[in-house]
Amino acid sequence: MLDTGSRALPAAPGVGYKPQHFAGIMADPGPVRWLEVHAENYMGAGGRPLAQLRALAERFAISVHGVGLSIGGEGALDTAHLARLKALCGWLRPASFSEHLAWSTHDGVFLNDLLPLPYTQATLARVCDHIDQVQEVLGRQMLLENPSTYLSFAQATMEEVVFLREVAQRTGCGLLLDVNNVFVSAVNQGFDPAAYLRRFPLELVGEIHLGGHAEDAADHGMPLLIDAHGTPVADPVWALYAQAVAQGGTRATLIEWDNDVPDWPVLRAEAGRAAQVLARAGARVTA
Amino acid sequence: MSQSAFAQAVLMPDAPLPPGLVDPQGRPAPRRFDVYRNTVAASLVAALEEGFPVVRQLVGAPFFAAMALVVLRAHPPEGPVLSGYGAAFPTFLEQFPPVAHLGYLPDMARLELLVRDSYHAADAVPLAAEALAALPVPALLASRIGLAPSLRLMPSRWPVQAIWCAHQAGGAEPPMQPGDVVVLRPEFDPRPHLLPAGGLAVIRGLHAGLTLEAALDAAPGADLTAVLTLLLRGRAIVELRR
Amino acid sequence: MSYQAKSLAIAGALAATLSASVAGPAQAQEMEKCFGVSLAGENDCAAGPGTTCAGTSKVDYQGNAWTLVPAGTCTTMELPEGRMGALEALERDLPA
Repeated sequence: MLDTGSRALPAAPGVGYKPQHFAGIMADPGPVRWLEVHAENYMGAGGRPLAQLRALAERFAISVHGVGLSIGGEGALDTAHLARLKALCGWLRPASFSEHLAWSTHDGVFLNDLLPLPYTQATLARVCDHIDQVQEVLGRQMLLENPSTYLSFAQATMEEVVFLREVAQRTGCGLLLDVNNVFVSAVNQGFDPAAYLRRFPLELVGEIHLGGHAEDAADHGMPLLIDAHGTPVADPVWALYAQAVAQGGTRATLIEWDNDVPDWPVLRAEAGRAAQVLARAGARVTA
Repeated sequence: MSQSAFAQAVLMPDAPLPPGLVDPQGRPAPRRFDVYRNTVAASLVAALEEGFPVVRQLVGAPFFAAMALVVLRAHPPEGPVLSGYGAAFPTFLEQFPPVAHLGYLPDMARLELLVRDSYHAADAVPLAAEALAALPVPALLASRIGLAPSLRLMPSRWPVQAIWCAHQAGGAEPPMQPGDVVVLRPEFDPRPHLLPAGGLAVIRGLHAGLTLEAALDAAPGADLTAVLTLLLRGRAIVELRR
Repeated sequence: MSYQAKSLAIAGALAATLSASVAGPAQAQEMEKCFGVSLAGENDCAAGPGTTCAGTSKVDYQGNAWTLVPAGTCTTMELPEGRMGALEALERDLPA
């Protein structure tokens, strides 16, 4: 039986932690009850990053979000990196560990982006093997996040939502539903995001992500959205989020803001919007 | 379409679109592929910018960004922990003709790597000067001294410490004196200091496990008071062993 | 170096450090600094690159450093003997 963490994430707003917000969060967290950190930023031996994280973990539930494990990679997982993740989760005892349905490392080169996967039986088998390995090494369940995608693979044979459900069933992992990624991919790939959500196995979702996107243009004048995390959450994404909560119940909900990071009160207010949606759905959330 | 083909094309701006990457209508999608190209390049340029802020100020932001594109293709990260990215940058600078006239630049990149390395190094509780002062001097001289794990040493023939300080926000501009540098992290913020005469030899001796007396003997002509004051004020003495 | 000189060096360093720490900042201020109450960006200046999971549309994969010239503070920095830009290395051998 997999350990799902000593403390589960509360069905309340959280934010992606940025060091410049440390004092603001400690002084006035507003409705924020938990924080998410990118695992790779806390793999040093000591210093301020770990000191801040220790102090935050005394007051807030922590979610560790990996961005570099390359779970969809064709090659073997980086066992040294997996050991670093195990060490981090070992001392921090986070409420959640999550990673992406994507790849980023090939042949010893880390490309620092969440690169897309063709949804095929071969990819499915490989992703499941890697998730089995992660859960075995970490000794806990992980959540797998749906990606933002900008293009398709001619060789793909499965829909993403089917692929994710299959991964969860085979490995016992949970899912991280990034609602902005659903909207970005839907616009870019020309599918209906509300229909995607209706088919998404929300009962397997342990955490929801919300973030801002940027608008661009693709070939042939088609619209293209970029998962840029540099702006407030867009209105259609809030609407989809309300649909997900109405349909699947309240969940721990993260505001991601990674570029052009605003001052703490702006991010706190964005978390407040998520708190309102959760409150309307009946969660006990401190506003 | 293999990840090998994707990875090669994503790093090279002029490479053709790998086959099999399409838009919703099944047409080739070069602009869509460019989003991945942009993100890989822009995120690694940003990583180098954040990792080498003084080198960037020295050469200017536009030049640095263009140079970073050459660096990231020649030396992409070998792992996902970006706090260590850029180890190949000093050697790259030594061999990059457009900066050949800036002889101090490789050492500045080395110093910025060491400052970053120190920032993430293990913590240690420093010994208080009061506690050391309470010990008889012969006992101190006969002791082996454990130094903070965040201490970093860099031999240099350039005034990189002064140039580094001159490029900090509100930083004072010390005289442009060349010489060896020690990075000390009294709490969480590492700072480079110009080493007094003989400082490098004394600290190397202590690192090698010599007693304080033997380390001082190994550096004839050293300004011992200055070296020890620097280590004490930088809270770099963390252990005394007989 | 004589034993007495080494003893004096230790005593001098301890005296200099102790007198400085009396006049130094209060411990509370030190703690605030530790946890980054100082200016945004400044307190974390040495953190270096961090990972994110965001994408970008910023066109940033072209540019030719081979045709550009460094044009930052290296062109205006005041260096010894009134020279600008290029400066000479210290004339001595590096220790091994």
